[in-house]
Amino acid sequence: MTAKIECRHISKVFIQKGKQRVHVLEDISLAVRNNEFLVILGPGQSGKSTLLRIIAGLETPSEGQVLLDGRPVTGPGPDRGLVFQSYMLFPWKTVFGNVELGPRLRGVPREERRRIAQHYIELVGLGGFEKHYPHQLSGGMKQRVGIARAYANNPQVMLLDEPFGQLDAQTRYFMEKETARIWETEKRTVLFVTNNIDEAIFLGDRIVTLKGKLPGRMDRLWEVNLPRPREHTDMAFLKLRHTITAACELTL
Amino acid sequence: MAYEEVKVRKPLGLILLPFFSIFCFFGAWELIVRLGIVPATMLAAPSAVGNLFVEKLTNPNPDGATILVHAWVSMQEAFLGYLLALGIGLPLGLFMGWFGVVRGIARPIFELIRPIPPIAWIPLTVFWFGIGLWGKVFIIWLGGVVPCVINAFVGVRMTNPTLIQMARTYGASDWQIFKTLCVPSALPMVFGALQIALASCWTNLVAAELLAADQGLGYLITMGRRLALPDMVVLGMVSVGVMGALIGMVIDQVEKRLLAGIRR
Repeated sequence: MTAKIECRHISKVFIQKGKQRVHVLEDISLAVRNNEFLVILGPGQSGKSTLLRIIAGLETPSEGQVLLDGRPVTGPGPDRGLVFQSYMLFPWKTVFGNVELGPRLRGVPREERRRIAQHYIELVGLGGFEKHYPHQLSGGMKQRVGIARAYANNPQVMLLDEPFGQLDAQTRYFMEKETARIWETEKRTVLFVTNNIDEAIFLGDRIVTLKGKLPGRMDRLWEVNLPRPREHTDMAFLKLRHTITAACELTL
Repeated sequence: MAYEEVKVRKPLGLILLPFFSIFCFFGAWELIVRLGIVPATMLAAPSAVGNLFVEKLTNPNPDGATILVHAWVSMQEAFLGYLLALGIGLPLGLFMGWFGVVRGIARPIFELIRPIPPIAWIPLTVFWFGIGLWGKVFIIWLGGVVPCVINAFVGVRMTNPTLIQMARTYGASDWQIFKTLCVPSALPMVFGALQIALASCWTNLVAAELLAADQGLGYLITMGRRLALPDMVVLGMVSVGVMGALIGMVIDQVEKRLLAGIRR
């Protein structure tokens, strides 16, 4: 099977203040299978967000390249939907207006747009909140809008950058379950960046761990062969958690 | 899980406070004149101004027009200048904010002209337009266009860069980003510009009319000075103030309606 996304020897060096070189990523190579849920797990400052932004096309790699379906990525595009840690909803648009944004920018006719937006608002469990503005929603609900918005653009790949980083523990746990449910309802290739090992094991088909401290480097690839839906308290879950924790440093 | 609608009422005291404040202001002013602290030849009491106002509603003497005609003339000039300032200044500022080419062409010229106070343009204006309507409109326009350009420009420049990136991942073109993202997020600044430009236009209106006019509220003030009638001067000033405040309130209401989602 060919890879949906392939990163080939990606390195990234930022130039700061005109002269300082900051080496963020070094020699990252990974292949993401079609409709796979791949989690990139690493501590803060391991360049995982940068990796995601390179795949999204918002940054260009200093070395190496990203292939999507075998074609090199040259910039951002609607085939990759990005969900941001800080929600990034349009504050002057309602839930509905935010979700229908992608199709609207692509010129999808009104009726079609309406149907798509409504479908994904229902899918993320926000039915009844279509006319609410973002500031009327809780953090978890905002991120549901973010996910619905990314889905509504019908991307082949979903890129989620620590989407639940700003949520409290309970809401986060709940949103992880919801993410698994949504993904199983409508499968997409998902790249999910997190620094939370429980989140990684709960969601991922496979987990890529990055080594901490810049520059970020590949550590290992873990297969998560646990049946879904998963339980945080399952013995096999805890065992894998223990193995991964023992093998890598997840703190800064 | 839907939210319930409830009515929240302000305490009565807070509702009445502005009226009380106005009342005290005029009361103190009246007393100052009545008690002779400031002689009536130098400042007119509110009651005298009120009387003159009632009289000027029908009597065109001694300055040649009733108060309503003065106000109407001033309104026309101010609104023409104001609308032209919005119509030219806002798009220019918005485009300058997002399109580098427009910024490169327009900004240096704008920065050169900006520090020149509109009043300094009056002599040239008289050469070009005479003392008719369009000369005054031009001066008013100059006063209004500067805040329009600056605010619209800054508003676009302050657009959240992550939102722009997000729009790019959705495949939005430059023009789409400008239209659906930069312009809406500049709106609070643009509405700020509506208020600032209005104040600026209204101020310049009086300046323009002081110099070259035969009708208008600024002219009323000038005539009051020439005829040594402080009540007429104050009537002109108060009229300018009240009308400015009224227009400001209207714009405030429009702003609230349009920006429902942005302000919380």
